[in-house]
Amino acid sequence: MDFIVNNYLLTLILFTPTLGALILFFLPGENKSLIRWAAFLLSFIPLALSLALWFQFDSTQAGFQFEQRAAWYPAINSSYHLGVDGISLTMVLLTTLLTPLSILASFGIQDRVKAFMMLFLFLETGMLGVFLALDLLLFFVFWEIGLVPMYFLINQWGSEKGERTVWGGRKMPARAYASFKFMIYTMAGSLGLLLAIQMIGVVSGTFDLMELYRIWPSLDKPLFGLSINVVKSIAFWAFTIAFALKVPVWPFHTWLPDAHTEAPTAGSMILAGVLLKLGAYGFLRLVLPLYPTEARTYAGALAFLAVMAIIFGALASFGQSDFKRLVAYSSVNHMGFVVLGIAAAAAAAGTQDAHIAMNGAVLQMFNHGLSAAGMFFLVGVIYERTHTRDLNEYGGLFPLVPVYGAILMFTSMASLGLPGLNGFISEFLVVRGSWPIFSVYTALAMIGLFFTGAYILKGIRQVLHGPLNEKWAGHLTEINAREVFVIVPLMILILWIGVYPDWILGVINRAVTALF
Amino acid sequence: MATELIIWLIPLPPLLAFFIITLLTTRSKALSHTIAVGAALLSWLGSMVVFFRAIQVEHFGEHPFVSSIPWLATGDTYFRIGVQIDPLSAASLFFVAWTVLMIFIYSVGYHNYGQPEGDHDLPGLPPHGATVKDAHGHEHRVLSVEPMYSRFFAFIGLFAFGMYTLVVSDNLLTLFVGWEIMGLCSYLLIGFWYGKPSARAAMIKAFLTTRVGDVFMLLGLAYLYSQTGTLNYREIFYNAETLHMLAEHSSGFLGLSAAALIGILLFIGTVGKSAQFPLHVWLPDAMEGPTPVSAMIHAATMVSAGVYMVIRIFPLLSAGAEHAATPAMLVMSIIGAFTALFAATIAVAQDDIKRVLAYSTISQLGYMVAALGIGAYVAAAFHLITHAFFKALLFLGSGSVIHGMEHGVLHTGNHSVDPQNMKNMGGLRHKMPITFWTFLVGGFALSGFPLVTAGFWSKDEILADAWGHGHYVVFGTLALAALLTAFYTMRQITMTFLGEPRTEEAKHAHETPWTMTFPLVVLAVFAVGAGWVGIPEHFPVIGGLVPNWFHEFVGGTLLEHPEAVEFNIIPLLTSLVVALGGLYAGWLAYRNYSQSRVDAAEKALGGLYHLPRHKYYFDELYDRIFIKPAIWLAESFTSAWMDRGVIDGFLHWVAYITGRIGNFFRDAIDKPIVNGLADKLADTMKWLGRVFPPVIQTGRVQQYMIMALVSLAAFSALFYYLLVMTP
Repeated sequence: MDFIVNNYLLTLILFTPTLGALILFFLPGENKSLIRWAAFLLSFIPLALSLALWFQFDSTQAGFQFEQRAAWYPAINSSYHLGVDGISLTMVLLTTLLTPLSILASFGIQDRVKAFMMLFLFLETGMLGVFLALDLLLFFVFWEIGLVPMYFLINQWGSEKGERTVWGGRKMPARAYASFKFMIYTMAGSLGLLLAIQMIGVVSGTFDLMELYRIWPSLDKPLFGLSINVVKSIAFWAFTIAFALKVPVWPFHTWLPDAHTEAPTAGSMILAGVLLKLGAYGFLRLVLPLYPTEARTYAGALAFLAVMAIIFGALASFGQSDFKRLVAYSSVNHMGFVVLGIAAAAAAAGTQDAHIAMNGAVLQMFNHGLSAAGMFFLVGVIYERTHTRDLNEYGGLFPLVPVYGAILMFTSMASLGLPGLNGFISEFLVVRGSWPIFSVYTALAMIGLFFTGAYILKGIRQVLHGPLNEKWAGHLTEINAREVFVIVPLMILILWIGVYPDWILGVINRAVTALF
Repeated sequence: MATELIIWLIPLPPLLAFFIITLLTTRSKALSHTIAVGAALLSWLGSMVVFFRAIQVEHFGEHPFVSSIPWLATGDTYFRIGVQIDPLSAASLFFVAWTVLMIFIYSVGYHNYGQPEGDHDLPGLPPHGATVKDAHGHEHRVLSVEPMYSRFFAFIGLFAFGMYTLVVSDNLLTLFVGWEIMGLCSYLLIGFWYGKPSARAAMIKAFLTTRVGDVFMLLGLAYLYSQTGTLNYREIFYNAETLHMLAEHSSGFLGLSAAALIGILLFIGTVGKSAQFPLHVWLPDAMEGPTPVSAMIHAATMVSAGVYMVIRIFPLLSAGAEHAATPAMLVMSIIGAFTALFAATIAVAQDDIKRVLAYSTISQLGYMVAALGIGAYVAAAFHLITHAFFKALLFLGSGSVIHGMEHGVLHTGNHSVDPQNMKNMGGLRHKMPITFWTFLVGGFALSGFPLVTAGFWSKDEILADAWGHGHYVVFGTLALAALLTAFYTMRQITMTFLGEPRTEEAKHAHETPWTMTFPLVVLAVFAVGAGWVGIPEHFPVIGGLVPNWFHEFVGGTLLEHPEAVEFNIIPLLTSLVVALGGLYAGWLAYRNYSQSRVDAAEKALGGLYHLPRHKYYFDELYDRIFIKPAIWLAESFTSAWMDRGVIDGFLHWVAYITGRIGNFFRDAIDKPIVNGLADKLADTMKWLGRVFPPVIQTGRVQQYMIMALVSLAAFSALFYYLLVMTP
């Protein structure tokens, strides 16, 4: 048993969710509560395994650990190659942590519970695969796998109300619109990504990342009659756009508010918590190491887009009257800091500023995963009770739901970046790291940081404070025990990272200094 | 216990109190306030131990108490955080510990502990009073206990944690942490009665206005950290080499040196936190909080944090100032002096007892900022501390007055009378003697009443410094502000306490319980005594009787010990004249207010009165030029026009065009050509089927057999040719 666990730990983490989904398939679908509990308990297996991984991981060592390689597609030299370093380890932990919580959050789902839970577990495998893969083709396969379950989750279990008008005055259901937009957008990015991956494979004869890290950046023979620099630039942009769409970077962000808003609560939690990180992770794992020169050249452009995301994400969020859309736009704002950190690190690779910026960016990914998932969950809690997301419909709910109110306040403050909670640490590191590199952009980002405060306070103001909207008196019930169980682990982590971040920042720092 | 360990522990009890009250004891009022006051007492005890150990150390500035731990991994190094008590923080710790403890005790009484639950009180709204029956069956309206009593103690616990953290920090980052936690608490406390729309608006205004300063401060921290590789006080401010490097290094922005730009960025943080012009607008509105306690938090403690920070970074601000004032100091002296005068003029025209104090606070903080701007380091620190004591006293005193007036309001049942409006008061000295005498002490200290009060010594030192170093404009402005200060203070005292009661409510006002008056008495002692530690050595007659301990002690915080300014008679005479003159004028103008009901300031200013009365319309101006455009930018421009209109519009257009292309192919190729051909073929077959049967379907078996045979032969030949003949 020990042997299996130690040698195949990553494979186990990767496929136990799928296995869980298969087990669910054979359970009787009529018994909803059996399905729910089974899914919940099964999702603890990957969590337990990744905790085992976390504690066995040697954080004093740089480079990949727990590597595993098997022949997969020998004809084109693509192999099943997994491994973790400090960056992917934190992402794996985030994914396996958020999945059980999201499943617990969706106990209220009544419609086709079995299909829902199975899709969720498939989704987990897809996301974990991206973080664990050390082979480009394998990376791409998992990248695409994650799309499908999410599409169905939004399309089938998304919010039932709402319509969107498209060109020509045609109306369509909002969730169909949102899921379609999400799918098409990601596919559009994947197209270039796939072509660029193919090209790398053809040129270097391997898809293995470890090999490519060695040979690809220094490759200098002309290709297809074009100079290698042009080819690399094109490939760089193909990668960049694919990942930028996913993050999302301004101006490719408009799928996000739609998808987040229409998705079921658990779907939004995972979307914001993990799926957005896939894009940022792509930058860290592929773009920066494979294209150091191009990344340095175009870092300014990327930083510009990041700042636009920070500013306009915050402004757009401030301009919403739909609670869930407000939270959704906050992701654009927060992920902007991740990209700003990445851009700064790309521009000044090898310096201490770069390391600080990158530490901040990776930690911000983790932190945003916690706070955004928490926020979406809390929106879901209030929506389930009131069946409205319109901020003007609430008002003065604090006396009715004091516990919920306190939790919302706490999570909002984490999202706002209040010192003492997690978001501050990562935002400070990003600002500190990028200031010497992109002073003007960093200064402009402060406009966004200011409006972060504005939209967070707007949310609290509309929901909790002010005169009580009498229509809810006697109808609104307090957050229940199950829901408290969902949010408490997130709150503990938020506080813990805010007060003493070294347990996770140390791990990230080791990987970052080794890579960049 | 080791001193360093005690310093680490000082901020913790209030934090623990916050968690315990929030999570466990919300239901028990007695338990909650016991925990909170107990925690404040523990922190106070720790602070006193540290303070008295600190003042016994020789050359304490060179050997402060320090201790630190690694906190953030930054590449190959660690960012360390820790605690440090040097002379400046020891002195601050002293006033913080005392004022915080007094607020905690005072809150018990202020929130009507021991009174019955209100008849219709709701969480989120101020208590409205309860009806009780006495032994004779008479019904009385009495004050009712605050419905969110425990929560209040949790919040001030967290607040105290923030303030202590700020003071004991050894670096600017944890200072910023404490700073922001206090910001959150101020948000929560201003909006403590969140059910009132005005409180809800004020809490957001306070948070966002200070946040303007905070984001600049964050940039300043990032800049300083990237230039020096650290944010530790001693490594930057006690290090001539680093300071020199910062002063020499150009920032590339408007020709400022790195030191100047960092200094200005950090100073903008202070402008927000200490409510300096032009970010002063939030502080008066912050008076929406439960009367004096949160007001006091904002006025006496938290806003002091901004000034504490600039005193802390003074070596940076003055780096390179050997020949002339640095740009940062110039900015500070302009903003500080202007704010001191500007806020004082507004205070003259306010009727709300708390708002007068709020503007007075803004004005006094301007004093300190201006003092630093002209390089009067010790004087600024001195005024910070004396001001904390007497302003705390005044705020708590005003709360006591309001509390007494509320008693009267409940007695008469006329709720249209505003218990905070000074016009409704008068003659309270008989009803509330302790409050009156302590308020008088505080008011005189604020006005700088000569020799006795603490405010005189600290204010005089600032004026002396300004004169001695030739900053005559600053000197004049501050002197004028001091005159106004004395005037509006006496106006306040006269309108509130002197003369005859002007309303039924004022007649039935009542002295407050001991939990409220005890803190007043304690603070009154400091409002007088705190000045004696800093009497200049060359002061006529009494100078040198007591050594100028404060200058020696706090001056030691700096690398170069600041020189005490030489004695000069002009500033001394000025401060005597403005203090006594202002007080006398105030008394003269308002002593007959109870009879005449004429506001002397209103009469004197005539048509200009509405300007200070309406705070020079800054709220309206900011609403017009900042808030409305920001909302337009967010709602109309970004969400509606850019995202939904341009970006989504473009996407929908692409989708539409793609759809049109698809339809074109369908209509032009699929339907006519592909489908058309297939249909044609099918039609042909149909036609053939109709045409042939009469020829071949004869019904004769022989004919069928022949046709089968011919077909077989033909197919066989074809297969033979295809499979065998061609290889």
